[in-house]
Amino acid sequence: MTRIELTVDGAKVSDDVEPRLLLVQYLRERLGKTGTVIGCDTASCGACTVHLDGRSVKSCNVLAVQADGAEITTIEGLAADGEASGADGQLHPVQEAFHECHALQCGFCTPGMIMQTADLLAENPHPTEDEIRQGLEGNLCRCTGYHNIVRAVQYAANGTSATPGTGAAAQPAAGSGTIDGGAA
Amino acid sequence: MTVDQEFSRLEDHRLAVGRGRFHESVRRADLAHLRVVRSAVAHGRLDGVDVAEAAAVPGVLGVFTAADLPDGPPIPARQPSPGIDFTPYLQPPLAREWVRHVGEPVAFVVAEDAYVAEDAARLVDVAISELPPVLDARRADGTTVESLAGVPARVGTIDTGYGDVAGAFDQAATVVELELDTGRHSAMPLENRGLTVGFDHDTERLVVWGAAKVPFWNRNVIARYLGVPDDRLHMRESDVGGSFGIRGELYAEDLLTVWAASRLRRTIRWVEDREEHLLAANHARQQHHRVRAAFTPEGRMTALDDEAWLDTGAYIRTHGAVVAALTAGMFAGPYRVPAFRSQVHLVVTNKMGVGTYRAPGRFQNNAAREHLMDLAASRLGLSPEEVRLRNLPTGEETPDARPMRIFGAPMLLDGGDHHGHVTKALATVGWDTWTARAGRARSEGRAVGVGMAAILEKAGLGHENAVVSVDTSGGVRVAVGSTSVGQGAETVLAIAAAEVLGVPPQAVRVVLSDTDTLHDGGGTFASRTTVVAGTAVHQAAEQVRDRAARTAARILQAEPEDVVVRDGFAASRHAPKRQLPLGALAQAAAAPGFLRPGEEPGLIARSTFSAPTMTYPPGVHFAEVEVDTDIGEVRVTRYAVTYEIGRTMHEGMARGQVTGGVAQGIGGALYEDLPYDADGVPLVRSQRDYRVPLARDLPDIEVHLFEDVPAPGNPLGVRGVGEAGIAGAGAAVMNAVRDALQLTAPLPRLPLTQATVLRAIRDRDAPAR
Repeated sequence: MTRIELTVDGAKVSDDVEPRLLLVQYLRERLGKTGTVIGCDTASCGACTVHLDGRSVKSCNVLAVQADGAEITTIEGLAADGEASGADGQLHPVQEAFHECHALQCGFCTPGMIMQTADLLAENPHPTEDEIRQGLEGNLCRCTGYHNIVRAVQYAANGTSATPGTGAAAQPAAGSGTIDGGAA
Repeated sequence: MTVDQEFSRLEDHRLAVGRGRFHESVRRADLAHLRVVRSAVAHGRLDGVDVAEAAAVPGVLGVFTAADLPDGPPIPARQPSPGIDFTPYLQPPLAREWVRHVGEPVAFVVAEDAYVAEDAARLVDVAISELPPVLDARRADGTTVESLAGVPARVGTIDTGYGDVAGAFDQAATVVELELDTGRHSAMPLENRGLTVGFDHDTERLVVWGAAKVPFWNRNVIARYLGVPDDRLHMRESDVGGSFGIRGELYAEDLLTVWAASRLRRTIRWVEDREEHLLAANHARQQHHRVRAAFTPEGRMTALDDEAWLDTGAYIRTHGAVVAALTAGMFAGPYRVPAFRSQVHLVVTNKMGVGTYRAPGRFQNNAAREHLMDLAASRLGLSPEEVRLRNLPTGEETPDARPMRIFGAPMLLDGGDHHGHVTKALATVGWDTWTARAGRARSEGRAVGVGMAAILEKAGLGHENAVVSVDTSGGVRVAVGSTSVGQGAETVLAIAAAEVLGVPPQAVRVVLSDTDTLHDGGGTFASRTTVVAGTAVHQAAEQVRDRAARTAARILQAEPEDVVVRDGFAASRHAPKRQLPLGALAQAAAAPGFLRPGEEPGLIARSTFSAPTMTYPPGVHFAEVEVDTDIGEVRVTRYAVTYEIGRTMHEGMARGQVTGGVAQGIGGALYEDLPYDADGVPLVRSQRDYRVPLARDLPDIEVHLFEDVPAPGNPLGVRGVGEAGIAGAGAAVMNAVRDALQLTAPLPRLPLTQATVLRAIRDRDAPAR
């Protein structure tokens, strides 16, 4: 067992952990931070993304002991008011954007996708669409086709929607009987 | 009342803040972890399983083999198929005498800690005498299977059709034919399979979190297996990280986990890792098609004939022959086909079992048929769109019942004017600009091409139950047998109730598939939730609204027809200022003074909707690709889908279903495959090896939903939209690649991996022999 001390979502914690314990399992099983989920165990899907000292990491690819002394932020602590965000509290702008733009379906990739987006925008506040698509390549989504996720990142970057939530206005108008977002 | 289409889904807030109710979030003090020991061998006789070393590991609560389990039935097929006996092909929950694929469960460990369970599982010693594996369905056809008591490898054949096919080919001016293989895919939901099963010491009941798709059916099968009444199990609603048809079918591990909770009388959690998911969650798609079509000189199809082999894997899974039935039954797609035959042979091999993955059968049959249509266009000297338009039924020819049945029900083309849909689709996307742009790019030496696919979809199958009630505080509750598999069922069913009761959807609490709330439920599959469950909710809500109006009429001394229920109140249209809240009406509806003989006290109604036949909407897929001919890499640069949705309940969700489906379909068209080596060992063992589309691989996806022809078979007019985006993607991408490479021959297989594309280029450039 190894003693670790770290800050998670603003709270100081210390624990004795097995050296092989993964950070994601430490967060979930010991701290009850089940908002961070596991999709692949091989650092491929990005569902477990959290921030370690302000940068996104895949927490299935970090040992808990490696996080000793670090500051960890999870999806549950992302909003300004931390713990309160889960209730009807304030959302982080990226959470708000995903919500507004229908950027989630099953929601399993969403915590990681939001954490990665927050990191991406901290690094590059006004990314092009191509930079967004490249910047999210470590996070898989199997529901949305990424279409509205890209819209959500743009929305979060601009503080407003480049296109409505359906991602529709970028599309050509069509004839009657067609429901095309802005077109009808 | 029309509900605002742009409100965010009811599910979104909790999911965006990390409060999704996935089964792994359930916290229990007595939690233990289950780990499955799997066969590392594709085929063999199971000589013995030695658990002694594993059982001695501190923290292990038990190690179990088939000898410990009840002598219960194998995992049954949910949907029988007349004329085919699946019994010899069903899987026992743990291997007994034989192992038939890598990943088959042979034992399991339960331990206090998940890490310890995994350590101990590695210490279980499994002795197997290996047999040669069978890995090719066509070659296996005609043989018998020693490890399945000597039965034929061919489980059965779905054979459907009508008309004089042979005569039409004899008379044909032009015959086109091709052979096509479709790869072995899986849905790869982001959340792995798993269950958390609690044991309630007070009631001796088992509480199950994490079931998806068909919880009532799964409950009943598990109860039979344990030898307890159905009600001993309580399936609880959970958020689920995607299903796409494969998650939530009953698997061996479900039986093992519930059995372990019952045996050990404590909470058991089973969560597979991604490698196990790749080895032992349903595979899909792998078929070989041999198809031909007969045409007149004018390009009118006179016959279509397909024979296909479905590599169904080691065992018949719960869906029985559904994939084969949909492949065969819908092979003709939207076209006017005077003589038609499609046969699909189900053949067992030594791979993971195949199940229903989003658009089962149609991803494959659309690819085979639509590639054939492009080949026909080349041979007939017509454009791809023209050969399709000449063979699509017009509004005067529909509705039309094809002289055949699908799942025992008539196949009624109820989607209106298919010719008109495609004509409108071509104009909507500006198809002539696509072909022109591709032509210009090719004249500059780039391998750019465009392809289209005209599809027939289907949606809505079976029955669903709903109970709608209003409590005395005015709260509306919907209980329904459908499940959330991440598609937004909660929101769409809230809308179905809200628009009738005149309340905002946010005011409706939807209880999905909690087996304690209903006696029976259907579940979520076949793009049926909006069609079937939505209708059941709509009908129950109408009864509640009418009862509220009758009760209000008695209080207001008005005629019931004059009472309007809106915004949570009822009022007479003649005295709109006197408003009665729904909660007060719920109270009054149970009060002796307002209750009439024969009426049920309170504002509550239940409804069952049984879809008389599926709805068959048309759609068109359009793809533009660019091929890097040096390395064979295909990039989809533009994509559009048109679809006749009947009526949209929530536009953002409907579009999301299509765009997500297209992404999965592009994955199946270009990357996704689950190959096995010559020993029957799967080559794909992690998410890294199963290449799914990333954000950078995809273009924006245009979605055009048409609401021209409301479905006649349900009062909402809805047609279902879950599978429209994936069904034609393999076909459209394949046709675009053929165009980009200007091939005269057809492409031989999906996915169009770099190797396949390079081979097609080489064959194109090879001197004619």
